[in-house]
Amino acid sequence: MTADQSIDRSGISTCIDSLVETFEHRELLRFLTCGSVDDGKSTLIGRLLHDTKRVYEDQLAELSAHHSGVQGSDLQVDLAWLMDGLKSEREQGITIDVAYRYFSTARRKFVVADTPGHEQYTRNMATGASNSDLAVILIDAQQGMGVQTKRHMYITSLLGITRVVVAVNKMDLIDWSESRFKQICADCREFSKRHACVETYFLPMSALHGDNVVHRSSNLGWFDGPTLMEHLETVDIADDVDLRHFRLVVQNVIRDGQGFRGFAGTVASGIVRPGDTVVAVPSGIGSNVERIVTFNGDLDIAGPGRAVTLTLTDEIDIGRGDWLVSDPTVPLRAHKLDADLVWMNENPLKGGYRCILQSEGGSTNTTVTAIRHRVDINTGDEQPAASVGLNDVARCVIALDKELMFDPYRVNRRTGSFILVDRLNNATVGAGMIVAASSPWDRTPEPTLIGTTSGIEGWERSIRYGQKPCTVLITGLTAAGKSTIATALERELFDRGKVSVRLDGENVRLGISRDLGFSNPERSENLRRIAEVARLVNNQGLIAIAALVAPDAEVRARARALLTPDRFVEVFVDTPIEVCRVRDDKGMYAAAERGEITSFPGVSAVYDRPTEMDLRLDTSVRSPQQCAAAIVDLLAARGFLRG
Amino acid sequence: MLADVDPAGLRLTNLEQLESESIHIIREVVAQFSSPVMLYSIGKDSSVLLHLTRKAFFPAKIPFPLLHIDTTWKFSEMIEFRDRIASELGLELITHTNPEGLDMGLNPFDQHSTYYTDVMKTQALKQALDAGEFDAAFGGARRDEEKSRAKERVFSFRDRHHRWDPRNQRPELWNLFNGRVNKGESIRVFPMSNWTELDVWQYIHIEGIDVVGLYFAAQRPVVKRDGALIMVDDDRFRFEAGETPEMRSVRFRTLGCYPLSGAVQSTAATVLEVIAEQLNATRSEREGRVIDHDSSGSMEDKKREGYF
Ligand SMILES: Nc1nc2c(ncn2[C@@H]2O[C@H](COP(=O)(O)OP(=O)(O)O)[C@@H](O)[C@H]2O)c(=O)[nH]1
Repeated sequence: MTADQSIDRSGISTCIDSLVETFEHRELLRFLTCGSVDDGKSTLIGRLLHDTKRVYEDQLAELSAHHSGVQGSDLQVDLAWLMDGLKSEREQGITIDVAYRYFSTARRKFVVADTPGHEQYTRNMATGASNSDLAVILIDAQQGMGVQTKRHMYITSLLGITRVVVAVNKMDLIDWSESRFKQICADCREFSKRHACVETYFLPMSALHGDNVVHRSSNLGWFDGPTLMEHLETVDIADDVDLRHFRLVVQNVIRDGQGFRGFAGTVASGIVRPGDTVVAVPSGIGSNVERIVTFNGDLDIAGPGRAVTLTLTDEIDIGRGDWLVSDPTVPLRAHKLDADLVWMNENPLKGGYRCILQSEGGSTNTTVTAIRHRVDINTGDEQPAASVGLNDVARCVIALDKELMFDPYRVNRRTGSFILVDRLNNATVGAGMIVAASSPWDRTPEPTLIGTTSGIEGWERSIRYGQKPCTVLITGLTAAGKSTIATALERELFDRGKVSVRLDGENVRLGISRDLGFSNPERSENLRRIAEVARLVNNQGLIAIAALVAPDAEVRARARALLTPDRFVEVFVDTPIEVCRVRDDKGMYAAAERGEITSFPGVSAVYDRPTEMDLRLDTSVRSPQQCAAAIVDLLAARGFLRG
Repeated sequence: MLADVDPAGLRLTNLEQLESESIHIIREVVAQFSSPVMLYSIGKDSSVLLHLTRKAFFPAKIPFPLLHIDTTWKFSEMIEFRDRIASELGLELITHTNPEGLDMGLNPFDQHSTYYTDVMKTQALKQALDAGEFDAAFGGARRDEEKSRAKERVFSFRDRHHRWDPRNQRPELWNLFNGRVNKGESIRVFPMSNWTELDVWQYIHIEGIDVVGLYFAAQRPVVKRDGALIMVDDDRFRFEAGETPEMRSVRFRTLGCYPLSGAVQSTAATVLEVIAEQLNATRSEREGRVIDHDSSGSMEDKKREGYF
């Protein structure tokens, strides 16, 4: 095609048709450019725009008029100037924000988030990164990898960007040296090891002269990878999209006044089709998708990122902020969260700050209750902190006045993120990425606390007691026979002259866990307390016998890790649930089935059957004494018992 | 469960993604604000915005009114188009003209364009927004229109005097938009921030959106003034010495007050031909807008004052 104004209509219309068609099937790729001042970011973007013919003639004309006094580079115009936007900033010679640029090729349309490098950097880079699929990190080949590069890599990975291009720029100034390039790549790889699952493409480049930006470079003949543009045009940006778990957070309820009632929102993950079973959370009420309504007609299927309106086959009560999901275990729910915060306000954040948390599901009053640690963004090191300043990153505990439904940010960026809004001036003061529901397992003790060590050595205790310490965790369903076996084991060990401490889940609940209920987090906390007591007991040379349901495999694994695997023996009391039900003289199963007891493992809550236990016992075929004897044999075989 | 689904078929195209994101923003405004309004300029961007809004709430009606600031100097074809669309779609349309400007008989021939625009557009808009007590106003502006817009937020905060302070804008992350305002303050919302001019035309093409005929080339009476082609739209036109209208094949890339809108010479008479011209475009869109050439950065000054 030419720019010829006198188009021959008939001949050219089919050509236009196919051209337009090609352009309509383009995908959108958003990327972020990061680099320190003078690494060549602006030059690179200008070059991309220029070489893709998007630098319009009149912009160029205006440009040269502005720069009439400036010595020209070989591009004639200072491309960097093109990137600066606001007048006042131009006068001050700085850029202070995130600027978005657009250009396109026949394959893709690109949105570039340009974040200038200076003090406001973290805030701006986090903003630009939050919606980006990919990051281009620039390194000045003369400087090599610096502190700034580490910072860029850290923020990129913090914001969950998994595709990175490390562009080693200004190769012309180091004589296109292959060995220098390889050295820089090796330095980066060494550092980026700590950021898991980031796919990095290393590229030698000269933004100023255009080598390997859009056009291949003859100066870099030793490099045969794709140019930056080829990479941007072909890199797969959908390979990590979750199609399995359908999630949609309801934005609005749409009513037309004539009986139509639909739930509008954007699919956050997964797919939805008419007929699919969905569950509304938090209510837990299920229904089926009746129609996927759009202005252009009903859809057969909708996937991630699409704004839709769903109607359901049942009249159920759903409002803004409710979730529609395929799998009701999908959104996690908590009143208290651990989250990584990027602080964006001049006033430092202190523990106890009251604000509004805004997430995909709406707004809730919130308190930042504690700062667990601050992250040194240049090294990734965690440090204790009393407050969080502008552009700091910190792991914080967030307590919400209303239970929040969420996903961890690593699982879903859309449903795992939030912003914090000041209640007085309505400023957006922080951006948060949810790590998990706050759990005491993760809480780090005050750094001022230092334990005292005993004057008695472990080997001394071992000789005295004729044993090596360990913890036996006896897990299984209610009424499986755990407590009976634990008591029998205690007797057996006692009779052999061994010293043990029995920690029965129910006994513990009468005392130190009197404050706990039976929800999953509370069961987890009960096991944590028992495990911590067992650890003290083990440190005194004694054997700990812990008997409790411990339904969650992940929590059991944490107990194993806390007590160290070589001192931990997991015994699964695998009594068939029918037998448990018969033995259950307190009528717990019946009550659970009637719905009087909620979250009862095996009935209304999940019991993860152990798969990595050390011993499995079926009490329907063995007596408690036989079971205890089997455990003693195992302990002897593992060398915990002497003589 | 997924065996029968081709993941490639679920990927959104650029336009589908832009559409979904815009719809999300429009719905978010309705959920967060008590009294939104849509600024309707009759141009192609407004036409696309209107279309997106209808989609966002389908099958329900658009849950807020449209506002048109009428300077009385728009192309007559624009006004006809506005009234036709409003009646066809059953829209609630508010029109407002600054009564003082009208009394003073302001017009773009006698007054300097900066002054005229301030009174008939900026002040008029403030009057109408205050009168309606609107807390959110949608606009069809795009970031690619002009350099200074590259940093504009999707939710652009305005103080109680409708002023825009570049230093007092909120960071925008993910798809979370902070729409909290105190009494008297408001937010201008630009759901099409990430659209380019080419996106707009392609979308008009595939969705079959109705736009004003002035966007397509036709023989029109124009005079050449300061390098711009100005159309003689009615008999209020003030000819300068030696000027006579001549018929040329022209079209408009942006529309406003006819004496302030420059035409471009073109033969692109259909949407497809406009797109073809776009794909070869060498001149940026606002070039045809006389107001921009007052001084470099003038757009920014106008924005600070509250003009769109
Ligand atoms: N020799 C050389 N100079 C470059 C290259 N890329 C950028 N520069 C120069 O480095 C300086 C800083 O570039 P600029 O794009 O403004 O950096 P920014 O601060 O990252 O936006 C300018 O003088 C550029 O001309 C390159 O590939 N080779």
